[in-house]
Amino acid sequence: MIRLEHVSKVFSDGTEAVKDLSLEIAEGEFCVFLGPSGCGKTTSLKMINRLIPITSGQIYIDGVDTQQKNVNELRRDIGYAIQNIGLFPHLTVAQNISTVPMLKHWPRDQQRERARELLELVGMPPETFIDRYPSELSGGQQQRVGVARCLGADPPILLMDEPFGAIDPITRHKLQEEFLKIQERLQKTIAFVTHDIDEAIKMGDTVALMKDGELIQYADPATLLAEPKDRFVRDFVGADRVLKGLRLLRARDVMRTPKLAIQLDESVERAIQILDERDRGWMPALERDGRFIGWIEREDLESASSLAEALTPAVSTAAPRTPLNEALSMMLGSATGAVAVLDDTEQLVGLLSFGAIRDVLAIEDESEDE
Amino acid sequence: MRRLAVPFILAAALIGITAWMTSLGTVGIYRMPSWNEVLVATFQHIQLVLAAEGLAILIGVPIGFVVSRRGLRWIGAPLMALTNIGQTIPTLALLALTSIILGSGFRAAVVGLLVYALLPIVRNTYAGIQSVSPAVKEAAQGMGMSRWQLTSRVELPLARPVVIAGIRTSMVVNVGTAAVAGMIGGIGLGKLITIGISVNVFELVIQGAAPAAALAILLDAALGLFERWMTPRGLRKDAPRVGRQTAKPARGLT
Repeated sequence: MIRLEHVSKVFSDGTEAVKDLSLEIAEGEFCVFLGPSGCGKTTSLKMINRLIPITSGQIYIDGVDTQQKNVNELRRDIGYAIQNIGLFPHLTVAQNISTVPMLKHWPRDQQRERARELLELVGMPPETFIDRYPSELSGGQQQRVGVARCLGADPPILLMDEPFGAIDPITRHKLQEEFLKIQERLQKTIAFVTHDIDEAIKMGDTVALMKDGELIQYADPATLLAEPKDRFVRDFVGADRVLKGLRLLRARDVMRTPKLAIQLDESVERAIQILDERDRGWMPALERDGRFIGWIEREDLESASSLAEALTPAVSTAAPRTPLNEALSMMLGSATGAVAVLDDTEQLVGLLSFGAIRDVLAIEDESEDE
Repeated sequence: MRRLAVPFILAAALIGITAWMTSLGTVGIYRMPSWNEVLVATFQHIQLVLAAEGLAILIGVPIGFVVSRRGLRWIGAPLMALTNIGQTIPTLALLALTSIILGSGFRAAVVGLLVYALLPIVRNTYAGIQSVSPAVKEAAQGMGMSRWQLTSRVELPLARPVVIAGIRTSMVVNVGTAAVAGMIGGIGLGKLITIGISVNVFELVIQGAAPAAALAILLDAALGLFERWMTPRGLRKDAPRVGRQTAKPARGLT
């Protein structure tokens, strides 16, 4: 657990980088420091491991004042990753990852074993990469090694300063996903700096939004989006905050159980009958083993000789854990305006429609008005 | 070792020329120095170069390192400017000055050479340490390296190739300057050249100049190998460089 109490930083040129910052990051929590450049988020982060000395206030880690500890020992117990990675170019991947274990005098074979384990964790086959040099890696691979290195001696706390900032969007997206999975397993206490609102919402359990050295709002992403505290927050999260909020919801939260469905080997007449009885324009079509394959639309049935002929194959399908923003864009590309939610065995478990999403958002709107 | 082929052929040719000049015996009324005299002069020359170089390394590396420290960096930049100006002082003028102060001979020559040898070493040491990327240093400190560990495990290994390149440059310049120093002090290969000039015998001048050139080429090749051997594999030029800023160090002759 990290606790900042009335922390301030005034640089020697008189700039007040951080003003009276108090916040607490709970054990195992992923806290994102968010804000425009110059808002003091990086300064705040670096005060935690004392790379920047505090002007006034206290920072406690697990109840112990960080000022009371030996600075190098303090840092060795805190993982640190930065945007420019800062891998040691003269050392191999293994030696880079083992930096802190080496500083802590772990036995040599244990260091190597740990490096192997961490490479595995960040998705880089150890046999290929362990003895390479940083110059032999791509940008994304270097950043993976950077993440592995900050986990080197298994510190309970990680400080990460825009660790995915300098890589291309596709790789960044992938690394974010992977890192979230790692965090799910490791449950580290993380302070993470970014200026990217999307990254903050995606990664953070909580978001500390800062401006001009002051903490403006400290809340979980859903609250930040739904109840921006003031104009600055509202502007910073963007006019599309409702859309951004969709990312926080998953398909399983909104999907409805399908009431209708037809197997593809049924007759066309049967399909017409079912649809007309319920006055529906379409329904999902299933294989005999229950796997979802597409849609049957009423208008296609008149001229069709079999259901297979009338079938409109589904362009994309969602999984229960698909974020709603992705589901929504699938919906926009879907012939019926609906998206099928399938489980791992491709069985239809739910349907997503505009109506369902609107209902959820309407509820959230009401709660905002209250 | 293809990279050594050219220096070896050149050096062999120069030694051949020396042998040829020596074999002439006499040119006009002048007796050419014997093999023995040429070897003694070459040995003196090497002594002069190594003494000056050794002192320059002992003094230059610590100075370059110290002025690259954060607290002393305000000295660093002006000092580097000064070393650049220093290198424009005519060799002859400086050597004349030292021999006036210290009297002609080995000591004066060493001191004069030292001043020239010092400059590339100080400058490259400074540049080498400055070239270590701030991100690398920040990461090192952030992970809990002490000041000393940062220096010994990160800064010095990363600066090492640049420092050695400086020593290499300095050594080659040194061999040439030592010839001039010898002219004034009457020692080494410079002595042969001076005699040649004063009696206006071309062959005598060549007999002194060719071994000096061979010496420079061989020393440069040897140091080139040493430089490569001392460069960590991750920093070798055949691999793309990462994590270092572009440094502007003086490079050895290649």
